[in-house]
Amino acid sequence: MPDFLLEIGTEEIPARMIDAAREELARRVTDLLQRERLGDAPAVQSYSTPRRLAVLVSGVASAQPDVCEQVTGPSLKVAYKDGAPTPAAEAFARKVNVPVDALGKITTSKGEYLAATVQKKGRPATEILAEALPKEIAGIYWAKSMYWRGKSAERFVRPVRWLVTLLDGEVVPLEFAGIRAGHTTEGHRILSSGALSIKQPVEYAATLATGSVIATASEREQRIRKALDAATRTIPNAFWREDKTLLDTVVNLTEFPSVVLGSFDPEFLSLADEVLVTVMRDHQKYFALEDAAGKLLPHFLAVLNTSGDPDGLIRHGNERVLRARFNDARFFWNTDQKIPLRDRVDMLKSVTFQKDLGSYYDKTRRVQKLSSLVSEAIRNGGSPVRPGIAFKAALLCKTDLTTELVKEFTELQGIIGGLYAKVQTLDPMLPPATVEAIGDAIYDHYKPESMDDTVPRSAEGAVLAIADKADSIAGMFALGLQPTGSKDPFALRRAANGIVKIIAEHKLPLPIAKLFADARAEYAGSEAETRFKHDFEFGSAVGNFMRERLEFYLRDVRGFAYDVVNAVLAAGSDDVVDVIMRAEAVSEVRGSEDFASISVAFKRIKNILRQAHESNKAIADQLDSAALTDDTEKQLAAEIPETAATVRQLREQKNYADALAQVSRLRQPVDAFFDKVMVMVDDERVRANRLALLRDLLNEFSTIADFSEIVTEGKTA
Amino acid sequence: MPSSQNPLTFQQLVLRLQTYWAEQGCVLQQPYDVEVGAGTMAPETFLRVLGPKPYRVGYTQPSRRPADGRYGENPNRLFKHLQFQVILKPPPVNVQELYLESLKAIGIDLLKHDIKFEEDNWESPTLGAWGIGWQVMLDGLEITQFTYFQQCGGIDLDPISAELTYGLERIAAFLQDVDSIYDITWVVDSDGRAIKYGEIRLQDELQFSVYNFEWADVEKAWKHFELYEAECKSVLSRISANLATLRKGVGSIAPEIHEIEIKKGTEVAIRCLGGPLLAAYDLCLKCSHLFNILDARGAISVTERVGVIARVRVLAVEVAKLYVQQQDAEEKLWETRRAEAEEVRRRVADIVAR
Repeated sequence: MPDFLLEIGTEEIPARMIDAAREELARRVTDLLQRERLGDAPAVQSYSTPRRLAVLVSGVASAQPDVCEQVTGPSLKVAYKDGAPTPAAEAFARKVNVPVDALGKITTSKGEYLAATVQKKGRPATEILAEALPKEIAGIYWAKSMYWRGKSAERFVRPVRWLVTLLDGEVVPLEFAGIRAGHTTEGHRILSSGALSIKQPVEYAATLATGSVIATASEREQRIRKALDAATRTIPNAFWREDKTLLDTVVNLTEFPSVVLGSFDPEFLSLADEVLVTVMRDHQKYFALEDAAGKLLPHFLAVLNTSGDPDGLIRHGNERVLRARFNDARFFWNTDQKIPLRDRVDMLKSVTFQKDLGSYYDKTRRVQKLSSLVSEAIRNGGSPVRPGIAFKAALLCKTDLTTELVKEFTELQGIIGGLYAKVQTLDPMLPPATVEAIGDAIYDHYKPESMDDTVPRSAEGAVLAIADKADSIAGMFALGLQPTGSKDPFALRRAANGIVKIIAEHKLPLPIAKLFADARAEYAGSEAETRFKHDFEFGSAVGNFMRERLEFYLRDVRGFAYDVVNAVLAAGSDDVVDVIMRAEAVSEVRGSEDFASISVAFKRIKNILRQAHESNKAIADQLDSAALTDDTEKQLAAEIPETAATVRQLREQKNYADALAQVSRLRQPVDAFFDKVMVMVDDERVRANRLALLRDLLNEFSTIADFSEIVTEGKTA
Repeated sequence: MPSSQNPLTFQQLVLRLQTYWAEQGCVLQQPYDVEVGAGTMAPETFLRVLGPKPYRVGYTQPSRRPADGRYGENPNRLFKHLQFQVILKPPPVNVQELYLESLKAIGIDLLKHDIKFEEDNWESPTLGAWGIGWQVMLDGLEITQFTYFQQCGGIDLDPISAELTYGLERIAAFLQDVDSIYDITWVVDSDGRAIKYGEIRLQDELQFSVYNFEWADVEKAWKHFELYEAECKSVLSRISANLATLRKGVGSIAPEIHEIEIKKGTEVAIRCLGGPLLAAYDLCLKCSHLFNILDARGAISVTERVGVIARVRVLAVEVAKLYVQQQDAEEKLWETRRAEAEEVRRRVADIVAR
């Protein structure tokens, strides 16, 4: 069976898009082969460099298999008249290319029909591939694409410059973007000269290697790792800082990687580590070196897209760039100290937060007040926090947006503010420990940046981070700018996830609804408020959004089963810490037999009440003990208030394990009730009373979780 | 350690780039003489990339960014830096190779250096323009912005253009291996003395920093902005009206074009295809520069900022739209109604002469 190769040669594809595009191309090609019956289990290998995406498939069928098809013709009644074939029969015979007298017949439920077995010839692979591949290439998803041959021509991530499509040694004749596929590929831009010809698909990687291109991404990664190790070994006791994201980037920026070790003046180590690392990693894509204790060393590793640096020019050039960057950073740091943060608050008036929500000055004022309310709520809930620190930190937290250093390194917002707060005399009256705490709160207030990131270290940092995020969410929602589908331009989901994570990990007694009511109230009377939308209910919109985020956190971050999550959220989602405790308790008992039985019973109760509601059956407002007839019914009615009181008390103490143990005691009387008692009896008074009993049961015992949401195996209500 | 034995002076660098791109068939233009924030804003880019006509041009462009001024104290940052700008419309298939050859032409041995094309897409909200491309990194230094323009003045481009913007100071400092822009050798004089960049440009940086950050009168600058804006708008609306008239002339009732009564307005319309659009564009550039000064002075409040950018964009987008209409009109005049047009032109000339 032949091998197949497709290579798309392009101008440099953005590094961040390469891996996904390579996978997609391989998937598209295998799907195509499968769909077209061109190979059952072909072995697929995919390749990528900045200038090419390729897929090699071995074991492709050279043609589709022939198939026999039974074709049904006209019914016999129509096909023959007086024993002679009619024109209908003859037409069918011509169509299937079988003499009339050789046609067969089949019997169906509707009668007898003419039939023929037709051999359908499989099409050659070349033909199918030539026809289908251009569409597959054009279909690859790009986050941002372009056109280059005119507006109505194809779009791709960057211009396509060559194509190789081979089925063994033969070119599959196709055209994309005005380029005819052939045997010819390109080597490394600088290290290789002239085109390379690929004779056979299996020789793809080896041929490219002769042109200084390592076509396999994982092979380049290995090579880079080894080179990083080797260069690091030349410095005693040094380690390069592992950084998978950076590694993936440089793998996708190179076709033939090597590494140089560079150095910088140790004097620069007096700059903040955060600044040094940002310059090296984010701006220059260098790996930092550190000692065993994690302290930065005055060296860096640059990954090159060439074979080496024989004259040391590349090392020298990179050192020069880094020196200029570090000098800039130091210059900015020193310049920034001329205006301390406390004098920068007014400058925030000319920094836009969001065009309809005003400036960062306005935001600062709101966040400050909101911080106080959040601190107060947490304190009232019995959790320690120093409101003064959160309040002072809130005043300064955005001022670093006016600094030169943050303008240059925007990713360091917050961090720079925190560092500056610590080196500046904020207020001569403040003890050093307080200044330190204010600095930390500012430093951490953008955290967590993702679900993998840590939350602010201190309670005050947590308060500030929550207030800042809640203010943004409240403002955007009020403007009608809530996230929809995949669109979330203001990263509100990330902000909301952050709030949930902070409350959960700091175990803060902070009700969500009140937080957002307070956040919304801070906009009262502002100019921004005049632009707010009024065609929806703010509280429920934010409430639903936050509930969704909490659900995401419980399921995807904490790993709770989805039915447990649904069950506990149905019983309330305002208090995150409480929700988590309930989820933990419910998860504990979820597998037990008693609970399986209880959740079945609760489902049944819900169904009965729903049916009663739908058929307009009356439910007594109050349970009437006198109207109880059956013994099991009386027993259940007696059990409910007693157990309910205990459960209520345990719930108040947040002792959910014991509360659930109490609930599980209901199993016996409930099961007995359903075994013996018929609810929907004809006697209206008895029925209304029984329905009331069930309603009370459901209401009393659904405050920890809605047990009917728990999925039980093999048992249905 | 300079990257070669005899690194180019600043002046030689410009000359080499000019020579190289002239050899590739570029028109060598001179720097535009109205303040621009980037080479892209010069009409040789902003206007020429519009419409169907192929064009290749190269020029040095001083780019003024008042907020970037540092009183000549920062070794890497300037209020006014120099770009060498190349437009290739449409881009040839070997445009990247041509670019790499230009690096050889300025003395960079690519085999001894590390070159990467890293994703960097360019966008200018003020010009309603954006493109897809890279920053070209040479040994870790960004030396060129390479962009495939997709849209300009809010108009989809067809064909597209490739724009290469070389940062001249950065490249010269790299070639000469100096750490400060002000230490770049601009030229070696007849006595063999190196004349430094600082000698030529430092005062420029210092004085404009003082003016832009301290002296520029906010109130007057606003007035200037408004005057230029008003003038630009009135010119644009006249051109727009004239083009509508002209379109009737060269369009549906084209054969009757010579019958059009030659009055004052029409005369102008036909003489320069609707009116002096290039002058309108200059007025738009003035607004953009004044906005930058006001911004550097910290005189634009949050609520105003977005609005002012939008005001400049409105002008730029209108210029682009009318430019395309002019091109269309000219095309029609020249290709389908050449004789009629010449007849009209002759008659106009007669009238003007009389």
